[in-house]
Amino acid sequence: MFLSKLTSNHMPKQLIIDGQSIEVEDGTTLLQACEQAGAEIPRFCYHERLSIAGNCRMCLVEVEGSPKPIASCAMGVNDLPPNRDGSPKKISTKSAVVKKAREGVMEFLLINHPLDCPICDQGGECDLQDQAMAFGIGGSRYQENKRAVEEKNIGPLIKTMMTRCIHCTRCVRYMTEVAGVEELGLIGRGEDAEITTYLEKGILSEMSANVIDLCPVGALTHRPWAHNARPWEMKKTETIDVMDALGSAIRVDARGPEVMRILPRNNDAVNEEWISDKTRHVADGLRTQRLDQPYVRKDGRLVPATWDEALAVAAAALKTADRHRIGAIAGDLAGAEEMFALKSLFTGLGSSNIDCRQAGEALDPSLGRASYLFNTTIEGIEQADAIMIIGSNPRIEAPVLNARIRKRWRLGGLLVGVIGEKADLGYAYNHLGTGSEALEQFVAHGPIQKQRPMFIVGLGATARPDGAAVLAMAAKAALSMGVVTDGWNGFSVLHTAAARVAGLDLGFVPGPGGKTAAAMVKAGGMDVLYNLGADEIEIAPGAFVIYQGSHGDAGAHRADVILPGAAYTEKSATYVNTEGRAQMTAKAAFAPGMAKDDWSIIRALSGVIGQPLPFDSLSGLRAAMYKSAPVLSRLDQIDPAPAAAIEELAKRGGAVTGGVFLPAIGDFYLTNPISRASAVMAELSALKSIAAKGPGLRAAE
Amino acid sequence: MLADKDRIFRNIYGFHDSGLKGAIRRGAWDGTKLLIDKGHDWIINEVKASGLRGRGGAGFPTGLKWSFMPKADARPSYLVINADESEPGSCKDREILRHDAHLLIEGALIASYAMRAHTSYIYVRGEYIREREALQRAIDEAYAAKLIGKGNVHGWDFDCFVHHGAGAYICGEETALLESLEGKKGQPRLKPPFPANVGLYGAPTTINNVESIAVVPDILRRGATWFASLGKPNNTGTKLFQISGHVEKPCVVEEEMGIPLRELLERHCGGVRGGWDNLLAVIPGGSSVPLVPAHMCDDLGMDFDSLSKVKSGLGTAAIIVMDKSADPIKAIARISYFYKHESCGQCTPCREGTGWMWRVLERMAEGRAEKREIDLLFEVSKQVEGHTICALGDAAAWPVQGLIRHFRPLIEERIDQYARSHQQAAE
Repeated sequence: MFLSKLTSNHMPKQLIIDGQSIEVEDGTTLLQACEQAGAEIPRFCYHERLSIAGNCRMCLVEVEGSPKPIASCAMGVNDLPPNRDGSPKKISTKSAVVKKAREGVMEFLLINHPLDCPICDQGGECDLQDQAMAFGIGGSRYQENKRAVEEKNIGPLIKTMMTRCIHCTRCVRYMTEVAGVEELGLIGRGEDAEITTYLEKGILSEMSANVIDLCPVGALTHRPWAHNARPWEMKKTETIDVMDALGSAIRVDARGPEVMRILPRNNDAVNEEWISDKTRHVADGLRTQRLDQPYVRKDGRLVPATWDEALAVAAAALKTADRHRIGAIAGDLAGAEEMFALKSLFTGLGSSNIDCRQAGEALDPSLGRASYLFNTTIEGIEQADAIMIIGSNPRIEAPVLNARIRKRWRLGGLLVGVIGEKADLGYAYNHLGTGSEALEQFVAHGPIQKQRPMFIVGLGATARPDGAAVLAMAAKAALSMGVVTDGWNGFSVLHTAAARVAGLDLGFVPGPGGKTAAAMVKAGGMDVLYNLGADEIEIAPGAFVIYQGSHGDAGAHRADVILPGAAYTEKSATYVNTEGRAQMTAKAAFAPGMAKDDWSIIRALSGVIGQPLPFDSLSGLRAAMYKSAPVLSRLDQIDPAPAAAIEELAKRGGAVTGGVFLPAIGDFYLTNPISRASAVMAELSALKSIAAKGPGLRAAE
Repeated sequence: MLADKDRIFRNIYGFHDSGLKGAIRRGAWDGTKLLIDKGHDWIINEVKASGLRGRGGAGFPTGLKWSFMPKADARPSYLVINADESEPGSCKDREILRHDAHLLIEGALIASYAMRAHTSYIYVRGEYIREREALQRAIDEAYAAKLIGKGNVHGWDFDCFVHHGAGAYICGEETALLESLEGKKGQPRLKPPFPANVGLYGAPTTINNVESIAVVPDILRRGATWFASLGKPNNTGTKLFQISGHVEKPCVVEEEMGIPLRELLERHCGGVRGGWDNLLAVIPGGSSVPLVPAHMCDDLGMDFDSLSKVKSGLGTAAIIVMDKSADPIKAIARISYFYKHESCGQCTPCREGTGWMWRVLERMAEGRAEKREIDLLFEVSKQVEGHTICALGDAAAWPVQGLIRHFRPLIEERIDQYARSHQQAAE
């Protein structure tokens, strides 16, 4: 027994790395073991989140008893045969052999690399540059002509300079494994090997631009901001994305007042290190169509005004109207702070007509948080063994979350069912039906033979006139199938708007007798409507509209007064993601012109109205907000919501009118005012619609 | 000299009927059932005892390799036979495929049985079209005669499939061959895991050369001691030698392991063109092994150990003979071009290094180089060797190293000559 324990593979393995004795877990690679021992191992092809290729040969280390240096990334510690006498293997990462091997590989990598660092956008953040400095030799001994490789046109996001490519195949592995589109590959052989899209097609993926971060050299760089800035010129601000309801961790790089680029940050709980193309390339939308000064409509035309004029007009409208005839709608990008301020203002004015659900999703916060959160959490997807997607296309609504599902699916043993649109999600699924009729058969289904089943309920199921009934039906089916058990809550609502969960947490929904967003925007619904960045809802003629937002989009066109606010990169605001995780953005740049922080606009307006809100600083506002909604104060945390809310939800009935679950998002690239202002997003949207018509996208055109 | 009675390949020249009837007349398929009835382990032990070393080039003991296969595994086991004979100079497997294919098929059955495999794939080189046809004919005959297939007369279900490659040298590397067989691009896999653990379609797989498999039935029929009595210790048995280049009569011939090179050339090939003294060098084991200059050839034995003593190798025993009319620099430059052309491009040292070596060698063949570049070239070859996933990096480096080791004065002289003839132009 003791002996069998000793010889078993599943025990910590003892190694001596650079003279330091270390115990590593079974199953780690030699590279990881060396890192645990504090040794730095250079690498190009190895990436934690991708499969192991072992082809760059940069991570060679010397292993006792092995005649050749060993690629540490590809060698598991389990596969190291023990020494004859049973002593731990000695591994050297600093010996002369290793140094020589690294210098050799580095020299080979550089002989055909153009060394055009001065004109390369990767300069300053290039792995090849850094590692050549650290592990290479000073000069080159290569006298022959260098290889040149034809440029590839693979779409508007990724600029290629394939002569710089070192064939690490990270991009190929990423596209195949994570993004789920087999559109990049290595063709040719030997020196003539090239990374390309087959037949020069552009890449059609919502997450394609991540290959640029993965590329260790300047072969793949960002086309939209090519040659615009150097990494060291930019101020880097760590913040949160608002393009979807995930709250992906991002870094905003700004030069002066201008946001130059947006890059992902690592957050294992949310986005790992991926972001969608929209999150990344919406940056140019932050520069165009901006509302940089207040406007007031005079004689049917919006004319520039001062803040005093605009606030006076807005205050007069709110004050004079009947308190039951004024309402407020919060849009998809609103921060919790401004929603709290607006709610406080309207409560003070005596109106209960407030709503943050502009898409019309029938979610009721009074039931409890579990009824509207993605209770499984994004990380929890990796534990699921069955997923039913109801009225959602996660690939479009939350591409990064979809990548998580795909990651789980690739491990095998995941059953996926879809009720709703039959779309390409990047993994295999059973299409169970298109609408509520298909869902109904699961209401009395009984427990399924799975340990951790999961429901993903999307806007397609809830944002419809009978949404409340459909949601109740989904809750019933979930309870019947054993989706909610002790210690596992698989009932998950997938939101599409960054602002929504915070809005629901704050109770930004109609109070007693209050009207919903859909009722407010109808003709004759309201006399005065305060529109806080809700640009995706059409307001019928008649009402006097006060629009507060950052971009001149649909909402601003309909407005009678425009109060210019800040975009998400220009303010510190709280957003709660679909899992219920409160996160805060940081100010990376200043809002343009006369635009102001959104909460302060509402505070100022309250003063002009004559009912000043009881806070005059952001911290004062937050203190009050945290009192009213304590969950918002626990940043970067998830409080599991009591599952009783789902039972409550299931008790709600209502008539289901039937019909198919329609896609919640028509055009992935144009979902909010910022993305609609972006030329890059417009181009992608156009390409996508062309591709949808034809057999393949001709990126070259 | 190998006695006729000890020959395994009795129809290597195709003088006789290569069909099933002829093969049976020459002893193939004789008592196969009796061999199989002796059990899996008996076969493996017998092959081990015979001292048979892999005939594909590396010379790994075949019986030992077979013993790595799991004895009980839920997955199927596979035998894959490497008939992707692409090493320049090698041309033995094609003769087996064309004229003695039944030895191979019988060997495949026995080896598969020994390794508890029911399926065998024979991966035939893309250019071998007639060979594939001949092999397929032989397999069809064996199926028709119920020698192989489901419910065959030997009591071990066995299917044999021929897969035709597309002509890439790299697909002769065993793991690249598996990738290619699976329908992927032929690029070598990382090892570990080794194919005996995770091979074809993730199942335990052994990959053997055609010749290694084809000799097995005769070893078992005649006994391991018979095979071991031929050749030298640790280098036992008979071997198909393939002699090409500057000999009077290039040929493929089965001979005893360890036969002196001079005897081999003079007895079977009519000697070196212009006599033994006209010999410049030989490449003794296919293009990837370092050449051996004439002065070391006088009493050179043709076996694994003797050749590794002179820092070369037996490889596939494809002997390329160069007489004094040959330009060794040009020859190695051409070989270098071959490796540059056939590098799969997966790992850095081989992808970049093979092109570099070829370009320098091309200049050196003209003399358009500097003397310090000889050391540079040697260093580059050392930077490639041992740093790659598969052995192709080594294969590309060794010929260059052999050239520099033995012909450095010639390279220097060539450089001087070029410098002299271009002196005026430079001034």
